[in-house]
Amino acid sequence: MKISLLLSEKKHEIAKTWFDLIAGTYPQDTANFLKTQKNRFGNPVGYTISEGIDVILAELSGEMDVARVSRHLDNIIRIRAIQDFTPSQAVGFIFLLKQVIRKELADEIREHQLCDELLKIESHIDQLANVSFDMYMACREKMYKLRANELRNRTSRILKMSNMFKETDVEEKDPAGF
Amino acid sequence: MGMIFSLVAVIVLVAIAFMGAKQNLLGLFGVAIPYLAVLVFIAGFIRKVIKWGQSPVPFHIPTTCGQQKSLPWIKHSSLDNPSTTLGVVGRMALEVLLFRSLFRNLKTDMSDGRAVYGSNKWLWLGSIAFHVTFVVVFIRHLRFFMEPVPTWVNAIDAADGFLQVGVPHLLITGVVLLAAATYLLLRRIFNAQVKYISLPADYFPLFLIIGIAVSGILMRYFIKVDIIKVKELTMGLATFHTTVPDGIGVIFFVHLFLISVFFAYFPFSKLMHLGGVFLSPTRNLANNSRAVRHVNPWNPKVKLHTYEEYEDEFREVMKSEGIPVEKES
Amino acid sequence: MADKPKPNDLLSEINYTPPSRKWMDTPVEWKKGYYCYGAKPKNLDYIGFPNGREWNVTEQDWKLVDNWKEIFLEGMENLLKKFRSFRLFMDICVRCGACADKCHFFIGTGDPKNMPVLRAELLRSIYRRYFTIAGKLGRIAGARDLTEDVFKELWYYFYQCTECRRCSVFCPYGIDTAEITMMGRELINLLGCCTDWISGPLANCYRTGNHLGLQPHTIKSNFEYMLDDLEEHTGVRVEPTFNRKGAEILFVTPSADFFAEPGVFTCMGYLLLFHQLGLDYTWSTYASEGGNFGFFTSNEMMKRLNSKIYAEAKRLGVKWILGGECGHMWRVLHQYMDTMNGPADFLEEPVSPFTGTKFENAKSTKMVHITEFTADLIRHGKLKLDPKRNDNHTVTFHDSCNTSRGMGIFEEPRYILNSVCNHFHEMPDNTIREQTFCCGSGSGLNAGEIEELRMLGGYPRANAVKYVKEKHGVNMLSCICAIDRAVLPPLIDYWVSDVGVCGVHELLGNALIMDGEKERENDLRGEPLPGMEDKGEEE
Repeated sequence: MKISLLLSEKKHEIAKTWFDLIAGTYPQDTANFLKTQKNRFGNPVGYTISEGIDVILAELSGEMDVARVSRHLDNIIRIRAIQDFTPSQAVGFIFLLKQVIRKELADEIREHQLCDELLKIESHIDQLANVSFDMYMACREKMYKLRANELRNRTSRILKMSNMFKETDVEEKDPAGF
Repeated sequence: MGMIFSLVAVIVLVAIAFMGAKQNLLGLFGVAIPYLAVLVFIAGFIRKVIKWGQSPVPFHIPTTCGQQKSLPWIKHSSLDNPSTTLGVVGRMALEVLLFRSLFRNLKTDMSDGRAVYGSNKWLWLGSIAFHVTFVVVFIRHLRFFMEPVPTWVNAIDAADGFLQVGVPHLLITGVVLLAAATYLLLRRIFNAQVKYISLPADYFPLFLIIGIAVSGILMRYFIKVDIIKVKELTMGLATFHTTVPDGIGVIFFVHLFLISVFFAYFPFSKLMHLGGVFLSPTRNLANNSRAVRHVNPWNPKVKLHTYEEYEDEFREVMKSEGIPVEKES
Repeated sequence: MADKPKPNDLLSEINYTPPSRKWMDTPVEWKKGYYCYGAKPKNLDYIGFPNGREWNVTEQDWKLVDNWKEIFLEGMENLLKKFRSFRLFMDICVRCGACADKCHFFIGTGDPKNMPVLRAELLRSIYRRYFTIAGKLGRIAGARDLTEDVFKELWYYFYQCTECRRCSVFCPYGIDTAEITMMGRELINLLGCCTDWISGPLANCYRTGNHLGLQPHTIKSNFEYMLDDLEEHTGVRVEPTFNRKGAEILFVTPSADFFAEPGVFTCMGYLLLFHQLGLDYTWSTYASEGGNFGFFTSNEMMKRLNSKIYAEAKRLGVKWILGGECGHMWRVLHQYMDTMNGPADFLEEPVSPFTGTKFENAKSTKMVHITEFTADLIRHGKLKLDPKRNDNHTVTFHDSCNTSRGMGIFEEPRYILNSVCNHFHEMPDNTIREQTFCCGSGSGLNAGEIEELRMLGGYPRANAVKYVKEKHGVNMLSCICAIDRAVLPPLIDYWVSDVGVCGVHELLGNALIMDGEKERENDLRGEPLPGMEDKGEEE
């Protein structure tokens, strides 16, 4: 497939533009930080995004290893799911890739009449977006579950005990504390 | 905005000195203002340090950056987590002379195939180059205020000109100082993070120092001034027999005025980190707070919830669980 | 952020880039999951804190008292006079930016006001305006007026700092944001604007001696329950004592270890260790909390809560005090207790009754950290250990902020870990020891309502855990802090999954061979030991 070739040829430009667009969904001062620091531990958010999009691009133009793509997609969604984005904002970054590809490969697509192939790639991207919604929901559900678990774990022994000895005055205690 | 403001401020200062010298207000710019500036510097510096000194150190709060001294067989990090005064002196020396904390960023991580925190290594290098050359340049200038010039000042001067190029010999520190100050300035302008946090008060001293360095270099190599007369003036200042010889050259008064502003500005600005670094309680205390009691001069009297009150409230349940009590009822 | 998208959102491109503004012109965006609830008046009243009232953080009107500004500025002047650190740190910052990317909240959220330097500038701008000559020039001197919006901004960001001190390590002048946050919170508390999450434990702890408000009988029955479990796992009946006069040692640990999972398993480790040693020690129900939320409130409240430990040691007539695994508890014990409530001249210099080791480093405060105590025991061969029992764990160690940067306990827990388990791997260098990343929930920020903030703040830590999980197959994250034990499990669950969290003494408890124990089939969690997986099923 010709367009895959183009994708992998121009992967650096595409990745960079896409990354910049994603960074653009954050406030500018945050975006600057995401772009300037590239260390895995010093800037895990930027690192995760940039590693993720590298993998997604590689797979889009190659084998499309679903497991691998999902893993990296999940890493990114996991971050965006708790960054106070609306659901559409949180997963919408996938669609930005369409923009990038159309722009970066515009000449080649016209020249070699690759519209069909472009559509195919775009349906792959749509697929990714679909999966992303699932991932987003899973993350949000996880957050609710964690919150509930945490509350339970913090007083797990008290709860268990109050079930064992009904007379224990749990309600007397102020739950505001721990 | 802060940068433009500071730049304009320094340009205005240069213009003032220029005009003043042109108007032959040499007594003002050559004697009165420098004296005043040094006076303000000394008084302001002392006032600030006294102010810091008046606030006590209520708690013992060193930031520990290495293994504590605990069990004898555990290797203790005597400089990064000193347990004795000697260790603290060592830690402070590393901090003040080598910028240990900034240097920490040098610890690079190659895990993802590239050196990281590289920019911070540059910050360390830039800062140390800046400060070291600043000190050397300062010392070099002592020869203008001493007669005869002490040999150690001459030695530093000679060492500084070791390249032996140009007439007069190029002094490397002046160039490095200018380069380092320019780096620190460019960093503020082009590093997005640092730009975001920078205030006019961060740009102003940099422009001022760059102005001082540039005027100094111009004076030494390009727009030469009569060095004998300069020394006559500076010795006059140093010995309180002030004299303002004619025909020194305008550039000298620009240089001197900027230095005066620098001195006068110093105590009211962040430049006071010169004094403050020695007083920082997270660095200048030994981590021995469990071995030696630290005293808080204002240790407050506070309302407590005593054991007696506690037992009074819970005596019955304590008794029922067999927990010992002080009073039976 | 709006719940429903506005028409404009639908029409405009997703990738918006707001114009860059100066930080002073950028208003706070109150993000859901990023701020705590406000304190209830009853809790503040109970501990005698001023200006308690019903109020809501999200409402425009915080119902501040009329003269709030005066109170704030007077309080600030007072603190400037009392704390050299405060005055100095207000004056000497050169904004070099070395600290900027060291804060886990900044790394996680990317919010520039979470850069330590800027967090401090929030308050510094007020300092300049009202307490310096240059500040009279106003904005050009980096000064700004104290307004209600500014106060709210301070509040928002001082409750987005965990006082972890990581920035202080990298600052060329040792400027410590923890110190500045503490001052900020002192001022906030003058206006009755504490968080609910902090004020609740304060009131509880003041009254009952522990955060949850456990009364003496509840503590005891809780222990009974734990002891039953221990007997089941080990065949040994452990019999701890409470409030016993004449014991040699008073043991104090965070109360979360009595009732929170996985903290209880650490507590079981202590119980087994002390029992096996035959240590002459007692627990106290009055001083039943090592943690001290006063530390996150005001120095006076910290002193009030902390006073119980020495008072109880004195009343019970013990020789010295041993302290369990906790982070901020130890910062207070190590750097503050002796100063606030000492001198402890009624105690003796701590000596290990089993090895004769004198804990010289604790000779004035007379309180020894449990890992110092245990490491010494192991070194002297006083414990029989079977590290194979922990062979199902590949362990890494999270250095807690407070014990790292406020004490320097690094080798003691590692020595214990290397003695009680066979598979130990460190996380990357710039994420451990003095450079350790915070769990994201310290300093009273472990509230449920800020789960999102905590997840992001803990992301740098989780990220390093993930790295060692992928690289070495790490499946257990050990630590010596009760807050860590409470908050790391959800953090790891969200970002990494399948890595457990435990205290160092839980692993010790697993490996410790007890006199008279039955063949151990389960670990302290009741899960089969390695090699025993089938046994449980057969029975």
